[in-house]
Amino acid sequence: MELNFPAVPFRTHGGADVPHKKNTAHIESAVMPPPAQVVLPMQQHVGAPCAPLVKVGDAVAVGQKIADSKAFVSAPIHASVSGKVSAVRKVMLPGGQYTDALVIDSDGQMTPFSGIRPPVVETAEDLVAAARESGLVGLGGAGFPAHVKLKIPEGKHIDTLIVNVAECEPYITADHREALEDSWAVLSGVYMIRDLLHVDRVIIAVENNKPDVIAELKKIADNPERDPEDRVRVLALRARYPQGAEKVLVKACTDREIPIGKLPADVGCLVMNVTSVAFLAKYIKTGVPLVNKRVTIDGSAIANPQNVIDPIGTKIADVIAFTGGYKTEPKKMLMGGPMMGLALASDQLPILKQNNGILAFDEAEARLDEPTACIRCGRCVSGCPMQLIPTQLEQFSNAKNVPKLIEYDVMDCMECGTCVFNCPAGRPLVQAIRLGKAMVKAGGKK
Amino acid sequence: MADKLIVSSSPHFRSGITTRKIMLDVIAALFPSVIAAVILFGPQALFLIAVSVFTCVASEYISRRIMKRENTIGDLSAVVTGILLAFNVPVGINPFALAFGGVAAIVVVKQMFGGIGQNFVNPALTARIILMSSFPSQMSTWAVPFYYLHQTDAMTTASPLNILKTGADGTMPTLLNMFVGVRAGCLGETCSVALILGGVYLVLRKVISPVIPVCYVGTAALISLIAGRNVAFDVLAGGLLLGAIFMATDYATSPITFRGKIVYAVGAGIITMLIRIYGALPEGVSFSIILMNIMVPHIERLTRPRAFGKERAKQ
Repeated sequence: MELNFPAVPFRTHGGADVPHKKNTAHIESAVMPPPAQVVLPMQQHVGAPCAPLVKVGDAVAVGQKIADSKAFVSAPIHASVSGKVSAVRKVMLPGGQYTDALVIDSDGQMTPFSGIRPPVVETAEDLVAAARESGLVGLGGAGFPAHVKLKIPEGKHIDTLIVNVAECEPYITADHREALEDSWAVLSGVYMIRDLLHVDRVIIAVENNKPDVIAELKKIADNPERDPEDRVRVLALRARYPQGAEKVLVKACTDREIPIGKLPADVGCLVMNVTSVAFLAKYIKTGVPLVNKRVTIDGSAIANPQNVIDPIGTKIADVIAFTGGYKTEPKKMLMGGPMMGLALASDQLPILKQNNGILAFDEAEARLDEPTACIRCGRCVSGCPMQLIPTQLEQFSNAKNVPKLIEYDVMDCMECGTCVFNCPAGRPLVQAIRLGKAMVKAGGKK
Repeated sequence: MADKLIVSSSPHFRSGITTRKIMLDVIAALFPSVIAAVILFGPQALFLIAVSVFTCVASEYISRRIMKRENTIGDLSAVVTGILLAFNVPVGINPFALAFGGVAAIVVVKQMFGGIGQNFVNPALTARIILMSSFPSQMSTWAVPFYYLHQTDAMTTASPLNILKTGADGTMPTLLNMFVGVRAGCLGETCSVALILGGVYLVLRKVISPVIPVCYVGTAALISLIAGRNVAFDVLAGGLLLGAIFMATDYATSPITFRGKIVYAVGAGIITMLIRIYGALPEGVSFSIILMNIMVPHIERLTRPRAFGKERAKQ
């Protein structure tokens, strides 16, 4: 089958015009000096938690593997500073669950680990193995181990690689800066994955509110020397939330609809975040695993919004202090963007691998009005990218009506929050739907 | 150290649109028609609108107090109901009768079913039907536009639809007069241009989708054409535009699904024209909308969109 590149994105349903607030898009990322201490939780990914490979008192160097798991769906963790393991303690993750964490006191030297070697990657299997060793997880925020995604199931052919540069969440510009500051790494990663997985076409999908990224990547992607068969192209997406959500993105790029409960691979697509792609290229060149991360620090309580490249495990408070601290007392802090990010209980938590933004809101931005009665305006229905009826799902969830929740496809909800954003009554629609999904899952076990 | 933080479930952003802002937009959209009503039917029109709005807001406030529920008059929906109710009565109505209608709309139709969003029929239209049954002669006595500029007291005439249906005495207004509102009718229904202006405003502000007004008026016009009637007359006469733009689009009583809106509006158009052509009454907008209001839950169930990624039902 001949595959074409769409000139304009395919139609997607619903969505919302969220404010962009990309205040940090045109500011060079700052590199943070090593902090005094890093805290590395054993669970920074979707899947099985890791077990420590080092003991309290051990000396470690940057890039040294300090924790791993035998499970396939997991990702090893590497020391992000050099120094000494000073403690193992329980920490609370942003989701509320507790996990063990290794605490490393930095010696300030950032000595690289002597065992670092660039991996030899010649086949698709080598790529999966290298991705596993690198500790890479989906850097768009989901934290799904990258090697699991790269391992294409037997009998399935991926014809399209979609590089996700949509970055549709307000404020967050970490991918934006990555694409600009590391554009060659992005394209090297693209060519590498394309060739190893024998992908027919690569679509680099960028929301059209980032013309500089589109121009920069086009300059390289449309270079006939690097891409003689013209199999890599940049596609400008409509800047409309949630354009970067996997199912919506695949529809916009290929017009294919991922069936409920299926993955992009089921419709011949592989979707990877742009920072993940660039990281893979750098890892294969240098062998330095995932030890630092670019994070957007912004929000109405932040004095100097900017992107910071910091060692993973740095305390959020330390990163914010590095940027110049708070402008006013923060009332709400988020890990991730305002639409899908997690609210934090404290700024003492560490930066995790998949973090792309830390936002601190002042009181005015943090405050949300109390919900009022549903007026049945239908904005949640017309805005739902999954074409669900959120207001009815909310009622079924409140009534604990599991059969109706299933009948109305509650599990299709990806919790993008568009319905709540659009709701004039401020109804907690997606919050009720989350409970409904949990009820359906619990009901299925009985 | 930041440790007294609000922790809540995402999303943490909202668009800023509120029920009150939506109702303010509806009030703004009704404003041209208020002006038109005052020009056509004099200061009494303004007085009646004030009486209706006051009664509706007071009824909402008092009934919520009695039910020990939170006060909701701030959402301004009772103001909208009040204006729309006044738009649905003739200028000669006894203000006390109108106030009775306001109480019925808010207390019986809206609050007894749970308040905003919960009523299953349109409060203003139901109140209009209650008034038509309770005060039939007052509700069908039509003043001549600009009567207040003349010295004589009783200047009444038949409505255009009545002339058409029963051959009642009276001169048929020209289409231009019907477009600008110089014809007998309820306060807010005669000036088509003001209603259309308000409708365009609501569509541009994304308060309503054009689907319901367009399908409703389009269906009525098509049936009028097939029946060999004067299409422009049927569109401009009676309360069709007021009904299609401001009453049939009421959020609480119209479908929330896209296809449902089409079914609902086409149904209302068919019933309106059936009543106009075959019914005993000259006008059928109120009844057709109320009948379709009652069908909304069924329409919604049958027009649910296919969820993304769900296989199309096998035919």
